[in-house]
Amino acid sequence: MTIGLGHYLAVGAILFTLGILGIFLNRKNIIVILMSIELILLSVNINLVAFSTFLGDIVGQVFALLVLTVAAAEAAIGLAVLVVYFRNRGSIAVEDVNLMKG
Amino acid sequence: MILPALFFYLFAAVCVASAVMVIVSRNPVHSVLFLILAFVNAAGLFILMGAEFLGMILIVVYVGAVAVLFLFVIMMLDVDFVELREGFIQYLPVGIVIGGIFMFELLLVVGAWVINPQVAKTITAAIPTNVSNTEALGLVLYTKYIHYFQLAGMVLLVAMIGAIVLTLRHKANVKRQNINVQNARTPDMAMALRRVTAGQGLQDADAAEWVK
Repeated sequence: MTIGLGHYLAVGAILFTLGILGIFLNRKNIIVILMSIELILLSVNINLVAFSTFLGDIVGQVFALLVLTVAAAEAAIGLAVLVVYFRNRGSIAVEDVNLMKG
Repeated sequence: MILPALFFYLFAAVCVASAVMVIVSRNPVHSVLFLILAFVNAAGLFILMGAEFLGMILIVVYVGAVAVLFLFVIMMLDVDFVELREGFIQYLPVGIVIGGIFMFELLLVVGAWVINPQVAKTITAAIPTNVSNTEALGLVLYTKYIHYFQLAGMVLLVAMIGAIVLTLRHKANVKRQNINVQNARTPDMAMALRRVTAGQGLQDADAAEWVK
């Protein structure tokens, strides 16, 4: 009953799939879409850290740290864009976004 | 030996269950709270793997910053979330089909891969056994990957400036300090000295004699 690399990869795969599924299920709610993207990035991090610790190479954790940085920046920018969009249109429905062209 | 396995299954199960709740929850506030739960359990998985520093950073960054940011935005925007949930059932089949395809492909990969036996020779920076995880990470991050580290800092700086520029707005009726105007102010602009005749006051102010 030892926990190996495959167990952690399975958790990462499930989280990745749930993130993809979340984007499709909540196609109108951009906040939940952003949260699904966070889930996907979390699964990427789990994969990086799992390979890093099981292969004995710390570089994977360095890159997990960089992914974490990018995820935080992405969330901040995404939510800022969301706030501006809400001020302009009074809603956050995703299908209205194409009205902003031009 | 059984305790790490038990904790792995505990953390993994709670993490996956709360990830499910994030995407199916009716109220986005509940989604954020379940996202926090998922991240805390993922941090537990990291610690179980031996990456303590990243586990703690995950809690600090996600629970402390990103999730609170999500909560602020959800509570600040006056959005009818019930309306946004329309089409949930309609999109369920296509979502399940595409999610199933992804899961199937990932299972194929997980079932088929083997680690190349040569990989031990290609390790860039082996995890040292005599120092803590934080120290080991720092020894690599600040030397070999210093440029990546600084680029990550630039990414955060750009994100910070971008978020401020996007959301800052100047309201017309708010008085603001203008330092240039303040510094250019002279006594002539601010006051006028008049010689007032006794008993008359300043009723005829324009006619009063100026003090030179």
